[in-house]
Amino acid sequence: MKELMDRALDFASRRGAQYADVRLVDNRTQTMAVRDGNVETLNDSESAGFGVRVLHGGGWGFASSCELSLAEADRVAELALQLAGASSRVPGETVDLGPPVDSRGTYQTPIQVDPFGLPLEDKLGLLMAADSEMARVPGLRVRRGNLTFIREQKWFANTEGAFTEQTIYETGGGIQATAVGNGEVQSRSFPASFGRQQVTAGWEAALAWDLPGNAARIAEEAVALLTADRCPSGIVTDIILGGDQVALQVHESCGHPIELDRVYGSEAAFAGTSFLTTEKLGVFQYGSPQVNITAESLRPRGLGSFGWDDEGVPAQSTPIVRDGLFMGYLMSRETASRLGKTSNGCMRASGWNRIPLIRMTNVSLEAGDWELEDLIADTQDGIYMETNRSWSIDDKRYNFQFGTEIGYEIKHGKRGRMLRNPTYTGITPQFWNCCDAVCNQNHWVMWGTPNCGKGQPGQIAHTGHGAAPARFRQVRVGVLK
Amino acid sequence: MMEKQEAQDLCQQVLRRCRQAQAEVLLVAEDNHLTRFANNTIHQNVAEKNLSLTVRYILDGKVGSAATNRSDADGIDQAVEMARQNALASPPDLNFPGLAEPAVYVEAGGYDDRTAAYPADERADAVGVVCRLAAEKSLNASGAFSTGARQVAVANTAGVFACHAGTVADFQVTVMGNDSSGRAQASAWRAGEIPSEALGREAIRKADLGKSPRLVDPGEYAVVFDPYVTQDLVAMLNYHGMGAQAVLDGRSWMNDRIGQQVMSPLVNLWDDGGDTRGLPAPFDYEGVPKKKVEIVRDGVVLGPVYDRATARKAGASSTGHAMPPNQRMFGPAAGNLFLAPGTAATEELIASTRRGLYITRFWYTRLVHPRDCTITGMTRDGVFMIENGELAYPVKNLRFTQSYLQALADVETLGSETRLLVVEYSGMATHVPALKIGRFNFTGVTV
Repeated sequence: MKELMDRALDFASRRGAQYADVRLVDNRTQTMAVRDGNVETLNDSESAGFGVRVLHGGGWGFASSCELSLAEADRVAELALQLAGASSRVPGETVDLGPPVDSRGTYQTPIQVDPFGLPLEDKLGLLMAADSEMARVPGLRVRRGNLTFIREQKWFANTEGAFTEQTIYETGGGIQATAVGNGEVQSRSFPASFGRQQVTAGWEAALAWDLPGNAARIAEEAVALLTADRCPSGIVTDIILGGDQVALQVHESCGHPIELDRVYGSEAAFAGTSFLTTEKLGVFQYGSPQVNITAESLRPRGLGSFGWDDEGVPAQSTPIVRDGLFMGYLMSRETASRLGKTSNGCMRASGWNRIPLIRMTNVSLEAGDWELEDLIADTQDGIYMETNRSWSIDDKRYNFQFGTEIGYEIKHGKRGRMLRNPTYTGITPQFWNCCDAVCNQNHWVMWGTPNCGKGQPGQIAHTGHGAAPARFRQVRVGVLK
Repeated sequence: MMEKQEAQDLCQQVLRRCRQAQAEVLLVAEDNHLTRFANNTIHQNVAEKNLSLTVRYILDGKVGSAATNRSDADGIDQAVEMARQNALASPPDLNFPGLAEPAVYVEAGGYDDRTAAYPADERADAVGVVCRLAAEKSLNASGAFSTGARQVAVANTAGVFACHAGTVADFQVTVMGNDSSGRAQASAWRAGEIPSEALGREAIRKADLGKSPRLVDPGEYAVVFDPYVTQDLVAMLNYHGMGAQAVLDGRSWMNDRIGQQVMSPLVNLWDDGGDTRGLPAPFDYEGVPKKKVEIVRDGVVLGPVYDRATARKAGASSTGHAMPPNQRMFGPAAGNLFLAPGTAATEELIASTRRGLYITRFWYTRLVHPRDCTITGMTRDGVFMIENGELAYPVKNLRFTQSYLQALADVETLGSETRLLVVEYSGMATHVPALKIGRFNFTGVTV
């Protein structure tokens, strides 16, 4: 392992690279899915390989391979140098990586029960138990459940003396009930939509979600949604978002626009740019005084929790929004240096075969001081919305439209009738400046987003978002005719 | 790419280790290269070489699977053992349709040696020309030029062995000014067919035309779509209901509409894995030969594509559209889609529009309601008001919320020129023309 990595770095150094790093990753993923009582998938996959990134002649090059041999280390380092040479044919500004990074050490996700050490039957049993509970509710068309377990070992070294070793565990899972009828397709998911909730933890996390205990409830809700009243359309009203939807709102309208590579145009063609341009740093009122957002790669259970990022920069905490004021970015060594700062450790690659990009770590809305029941009681007229169903936002992260699986009318401080197909839309800073209440730590959950796409070739990142339910005043609701 | 015999030998190594069980192995080998640029410079330049072997192990109706990217004996042994353990732990799979039977596979073509080994310097120089053209206009170019090769082989203990190698090249460019942007894209399996400089000029022209955009009210407008927008319509219809699983689940736009005229009679849409105008593939990930499938003929919905599991449930035959095992829970999907062109140039589509919007690209489109394939998304990289048959002025971006099914019912004219476009992330190929649609619903504006 170390020998291969040293070989690649030595090769690059001897050929005159200004900087080089190498990451070797061994990923094991186990997935299982149950559909209508039948095991649909039970799969284990292993993927191992290494990637070499070099800065040479002013240009960047990256090459990767699944063949773990010393000869391949030479070939891959040589190819990375060739690619760097090709990059320098269309040169840009001189790259400044800032202070050298020479981190050393080991890190492992704290877990209680290693999910890979458990009998497969125990894990399938959890899904089957949840499926049986959903099956007791008449009127469902499809019942689904899934579990995902990941163990990723990663070694990083660079020409500045860094050498780190990390083992990251992730546990994900969820159930979904779908009902069809009345011209509608209605699904309810638990704990989160689009397949699963996911955290850095062991088997204990899957047990804590209590999938069987929530299965009948979501099944009943899916069936009830078929005949529920349609959410009002084209009105402006107060909304309270469930914690899972707040997490999605943070991810899309805060997490992405604070990526400094987007701000500097590096992602312009694909992911887009950002409205949070650098002159706004420290002076722009992003949200109301109730809005406090932090990027922190040290938070327990977050999918953005690790020891070091993929440039070897230690995990750390960065204030992003304080009392509504925009305070910080997610940065790499190169972009931080351009801003006159040092990296806050946000470079992450989705695997051994991808370069690190600026990605979210755990970008979280800090808890406020409301109990959810008190917040509803304090709302005269509005709509409660929970569990994301649809999300779309423009390329500067300004104009968004989100939909949720379920809504409830709020009248005179009480939760009333169920509403189907709720959607809301807004402009990011206007929306966050309408936030006047965030629920307290009792309602704050570390949500996982295991499906964040960015980059070319594409990368799927796993990011964390702590959030609690929050209220937003006078928001436009409903767009369907 | 490895020789066909080498791929067969590797697959047989896996199957031999499965001993008395039924088994299937999928081999995917890739060698991909991508040059990425932004701010008129190359900032990322990457290469990847990978191979994966996915084993399905079937014992007494129980199915387990495992995947590895190791091709040595130990790696294969471990993968087979994991698949065996997973099969042993599973109850019998009531939906398992059995392994594919041996078939005759046509040579699909679609492989170009030069594209497989395209030099990084040539990608860089093509990018350099576009960056210089943009800089001369004080504009900012960004995008990606990718080239690569991919080999897929499927073998099983029923005697199937199918092997295909293909190449793909894709050039995408976005050119931005202070308040405008333009984009162009082309894909091909021969990199030599990518007109990179022309694409750069196309994006620059749009960015130039788009300066000082005006705000317009949301509402219903007639629209003229570039092929880049048409691609999104076709792709979303595929993702949300062109496969039989969605129909069986009752969540497809096809449900209750098969056999009915629900689109304009001008709309003809089909999938054809054997057509080299797209990215051909002669068989699917189960080893079933791909059939040409008419999805929509003269506006009438004919039906979905099938894999073996959905075909068994529906009492139909597989059309050869199984996805890879790690995506099979989504059901089958089309992969090489064609929308028949019309006879009008894009300029004629604009000239025939009294008042409407010319839109060059959609962005971040997401499903709002499945049964009507109602989608929300944004315009991006060039929107223009059409007045009396001419582009009157550029327009700021708009949000739409619109049934794509209804949009295709309101098609008035199709463009004569088609373009092959590969969908980012999924790799799906679409061969599509420009469109003129009578009405399209815009529900918001952005700044």
